[in-house]
Amino acid sequence: MEYFLQQLINGLTLGSIYGLIAIGYTMVYGIIGMINFAHGDIFMVGSFIALATFLALVALGISALPLILFITLLVSMLFTSAWGWTVERLAYRPLRGSFRLAPLITAIGMSIVLQNFVQITQGARVKPLPPQIQGGVTLMEGVTENGTIAVQLSYMQMIIIATTLALMIGFSLLISKTSLGRSQRACEQDQKMAALLGVNVDRTISLTFVMGAALAAVAGFMFLLLYGVIDFYIGFLAGVKAFTAAVLGGIGSLPGAMLGGLLIGLIEVFWSGYFSVEYKDVAAFSILVIVLIFMPSGLLGKPEVEKV
Amino acid sequence: MSTEQNLLTIRGVETYYGKIVALRGVDVDVKKGEIVTLIGANGAGKSTLMMTICGSPRARTGEIVFDGQDISRTPTHEIIRMGIAQSPEGRRIFPRMSVMENLQMGAQLVDDKHFDDDLKRVFDLFPRLKERANQRGGTLSGGEQQMLAIARALMSRPKLLLLDEPSLGLAPLIVKQIFEIIKELNSNEGLTVFLVEQNAFHALKLAHRGYVMVNGNITMSGTGAELLKRDEVRAAYLEGGAH
Ligand SMILES: Nc1ncnc2c1ncn2[C@@H]1O[C@H](COP(=O)(O)OP(=O)(O)OP(=O)(O)O)[C@@H](O)[C@H]1O
Ligand SMILES: [Mg+2]
Repeated sequence: MEYFLQQLINGLTLGSIYGLIAIGYTMVYGIIGMINFAHGDIFMVGSFIALATFLALVALGISALPLILFITLLVSMLFTSAWGWTVERLAYRPLRGSFRLAPLITAIGMSIVLQNFVQITQGARVKPLPPQIQGGVTLMEGVTENGTIAVQLSYMQMIIIATTLALMIGFSLLISKTSLGRSQRACEQDQKMAALLGVNVDRTISLTFVMGAALAAVAGFMFLLLYGVIDFYIGFLAGVKAFTAAVLGGIGSLPGAMLGGLLIGLIEVFWSGYFSVEYKDVAAFSILVIVLIFMPSGLLGKPEVEKV
Repeated sequence: MSTEQNLLTIRGVETYYGKIVALRGVDVDVKKGEIVTLIGANGAGKSTLMMTICGSPRARTGEIVFDGQDISRTPTHEIIRMGIAQSPEGRRIFPRMSVMENLQMGAQLVDDKHFDDDLKRVFDLFPRLKERANQRGGTLSGGEQQMLAIARALMSRPKLLLLDEPSLGLAPLIVKQIFEIIKELNSNEGLTVFLVEQNAFHALKLAHRGYVMVNGNITMSGTGAELLKRDEVRAAYLEGGAH
């Protein structure tokens, strides 16, 4: 039981990160019907920007950790958004209205470009960040034949889950209640009509990329804090899993992406905890295949569901 | 004809879909405060002209002047900002948004302080919409969608209202209501209306002036009463008990 609860907490933590990335896939798909394969690499770029910012702030002599974390978060969201915006502007917008596969191909190209760019400028080796947030609270303790086992909720996990929760709530409100969110949904449902009502469709699409990238930056920063090492290749696996999460939840659906992210995180952690660590990535991929075959519209992907 | 009091002046407009030509040099004038109607057979190019005015698709050649400015190269969303609203062919209600949200989309360029008054106005015109404010657009009946499309266009406080077949698929009683509403908006508020109609009899009775389009060309024009008397018009568009 304690072991189960511990895995649940770990799974939700990891799932939060996947969910944040999945939102970017699902929003872009919702609005222009395209899988942005470079999105995982935007997440990777976000984690590098976070690392550089963090180290720079420490080098500047700022010692208050909460302040450093907060500034790092903002800076990496800002700069990663700029990357997301640029990718859309350079690689996707010129192809709008061209054949369907064209942006998909440039997306794969952009993914390779981003990976290589980071590899060349930052080096191919892993970059470490020593653990910054230590400690936690013990939720419960249990006795087994091998001794005591404790259910721990670390401060790190608390921060990750709480930040994700806050962002997702804020984000859902943004989409469902504000005029910007309404314009986004309008573009998703009928771009021509949206333009006929005065919506600047290109700008709305750009903003969608910017938002997706900002959330991916948060995920990148959390990944960095959680694992303590990053390299230019982390975007691939995390990207595929987040994409799986988006498909599982129903691509195009915002709540679906959040739910799918949490589920993929849980599945991965439970799989490693109860079966084998080696095959944890296989588990995610298998789910992708199974969902695509048996449930292509995903858990929440029915047409009636509010999409982004 | 002098173009000075014109709100909209269209000169020599040609529009293509790829290699297919849909408009072959169209000239139309709409003066401030007028109701002008455009009639013509299926596929004549009426909807294409409405959409070309809004820049989607763009005119390949020719000139479209709205309120003194050439808009033939202006992006759609900026044309709309200048004061044109369209209730397009097929209504194009956002299916997964509520009636209220569809109306908010119509009002998004207008200062929020007008919203409550404008909402009240369209609800007075179409009480049906008020009852259905929270229903999803996609689940409205065809007639309700048509009302919503017109109401949504009105929410943007346009100087020029473009209506593409507002009577399509509606019961005769509702058609009559909608035409009365158009007339009221025009005479009480001075709203300028450019109207495409299959229902030529009603449209020509309502409009100050009309144009007949055949195969991408304007072939006739005149006051509504004049056109109603023309044999060609009667033969082509009015036979078969439109009365
Ligand atoms: N997107 C498009 N691509 C290619 N051809 C088109 C397109 N839209 C319209 N057309 C063609 O352009 C011509 C004019 O069409 P349009 O819709 O303007 O006619 P209309 O007068 O509005 O007809 P209706 O009364 O049936 O609505 C038609 O021949 C039509 O097939
Ligand atoms: Mg038409």
